[in-house]
Amino acid sequence: MLLYFLCLVLFSIGIFCILRKRNLIKIIIGIIIAEYAVHLFFALVGYRAEGRSPIFTPSENIFNMVDPLPQALVLTAIVIGLAVTAMMVAIAIRIYDKYGTFDITKIRKLHG
Amino acid sequence: MHNIIPIFVIIPLAGAFLTSLIGKKVKGVPDMLGNLSTACLLIASLLSISFVSKCGVLVYKVGAWVPPIGITMVMDGFTSFMLVTVNLVAFLVTVYSVNYMEKFTSKWTFYTLFLLMLAGMNGVIVTGDMFNLFVFMEIASVASYALVAFGTEEEELEASFKYLIMSTVGSLFVLLGIVFMYSYTSTLNMADMAAVLTQKGAGNITLFTGVLFLMGFGLKAAIVPFHAWLPDAHPSAPAPISAMLSGVLIKSLGIYTIARIFYNVFGMGAKFTEVLLIFGALSMVVGALLASGQWDFKRLLAYSSISQIGYIILGLAIGTPLAILGALFHLFNHSVFKSLLFLNSGALEYATGTRDMRLMGGLKEKMPVTGRTSFIASMSIAGVPPFNGFFSKLIIIFAAVQAGYIGYAFLAALVSVVTLAYFATVQKNVFFGSPSGALTASDGKVTKKWDDIKEPPVFMKVPVIILAIICIFGGLLIAPRFSQNFLKAATDALMAGKDYAATVFGGLGL
Repeated sequence: MLLYFLCLVLFSIGIFCILRKRNLIKIIIGIIIAEYAVHLFFALVGYRAEGRSPIFTPSENIFNMVDPLPQALVLTAIVIGLAVTAMMVAIAIRIYDKYGTFDITKIRKLHG
Repeated sequence: MHNIIPIFVIIPLAGAFLTSLIGKKVKGVPDMLGNLSTACLLIASLLSISFVSKCGVLVYKVGAWVPPIGITMVMDGFTSFMLVTVNLVAFLVTVYSVNYMEKFTSKWTFYTLFLLMLAGMNGVIVTGDMFNLFVFMEIASVASYALVAFGTEEEELEASFKYLIMSTVGSLFVLLGIVFMYSYTSTLNMADMAAVLTQKGAGNITLFTGVLFLMGFGLKAAIVPFHAWLPDAHPSAPAPISAMLSGVLIKSLGIYTIARIFYNVFGMGAKFTEVLLIFGALSMVVGALLASGQWDFKRLLAYSSISQIGYIILGLAIGTPLAILGALFHLFNHSVFKSLLFLNSGALEYATGTRDMRLMGGLKEKMPVTGRTSFIASMSIAGVPPFNGFFSKLIIIFAAVQAGYIGYAFLAALVSVVTLAYFATVQKNVFFGSPSGALTASDGKVTKKWDDIKEPPVFMKVPVIILAIICIFGGLLIAPRFSQNFLKAATDALMAGKDYAATVFGGLGL
């Protein structure tokens, strides 16, 4: 139960960073934190108490094993997260080139 | 016959790969590959309609894994309807890009990203697997972030970053929703999920994931509380991309997913209906009001997209067969006339070098094709009788009255009038009125002389003419003869609700 709660805390920290921080890089870090919280939660969903690794061996009977599917999905989600993070950082660098700042209150060319 | 389904993902992916491989070295190849891929996709999507009408639901098992273990791709009436909409617009947009993208340096990057985005959208539409849907959604989204920032000017980067942050948060909520759904149903296959939900009973967890999905997909669809990124992102992109984003991306990533999940997986409940009704009405009103105050042509179009999305959501929320038919018809119509208007805005920008409507005037004489097509599109979006927008709005309003939502029907009619008002202003400011002699910027600098303004090249004219023709004759699509396999089939697929599970598993044998 504690683990799930910590997951929620991590997610909230991430969302807080996205909403409240003014620095582009800190916003990106916030997204990464929130993303990791979701990934962690996904991995926890597959967890079974006292479970063993889901590797089939003919010699022994397996009674309780963790669900391997979320782990595979989390790997995919991490790769997607990598692509998104790379995109974010690349755009942040270009913004820094143009505006000379990471402060979102100063990056306001768009109206409305 | 079910082998046609993966083609919709394979062609654009292969096109993107080849374009990035050889497009840099050989001039002309990116144009050719891009147009060839989208033309093939359009033909395949038209073929898919006849396949679906002949054999019912088609199911493709990826890697021959039997569902619910493996990933399935499903094609029913709704899928083929969306595929035609997406690929029709995509084809015309690539034709348009041949000339329009000349002013940018790297055309091959544009086509690569474009085809990747198309692969993502088609993937979202054909997939029958929840996590696969998320992956395709991210492919389309990441490509669209890059495309919004394509000009790499200050505004474009800023808009792209804003879009990126909001859309990524939306994706996080979708992923979280998928996690909850998986933990409850122990399956990722959408059909199987629907079956398990029927069996186990949809408890509070369905409501909770429903809220998460509404936030996530609502962000992608730019429904009103989640719309803040759209008016920045859509105008900042190059015109063909604006047409794609407003025309089909928000629909395939937002509306399609919402409709598919809420109708076919969750089975629409009274609570979802209520929330969607409110969101739809809110989008409709807020979008129209914000659009009326805009002077930037593309920004106005972006706000009007929010307003029209509201109509579609409203129709989907009412949920009677007639309302869904109207909503889907409006979805098709909106993608036609909104992409037409964005392509027109691109032609205007190409000819005059500005998007500020206060500077324009009397352009009708100089740009007759652009003027006439945009007039048709404006009247169509405002719901003036002979054009297609009139029929879809009429059906939605009529269905709302029939279902007892008189207030919403009144609101929809009212917003339609507001839409007519602001598009009449556009027409008056840009195309009619007295020619101002020269376009003068606010600081007194002449941006373009009157004599220099001329109609854009031929590849920018052909797609807008085709789209305008569809606008004029689009109303015929509700005639029973044409709607049977197209709109009616799509509506039936949604109305089937949770029978989706049975039909998908029934379609396995084919």
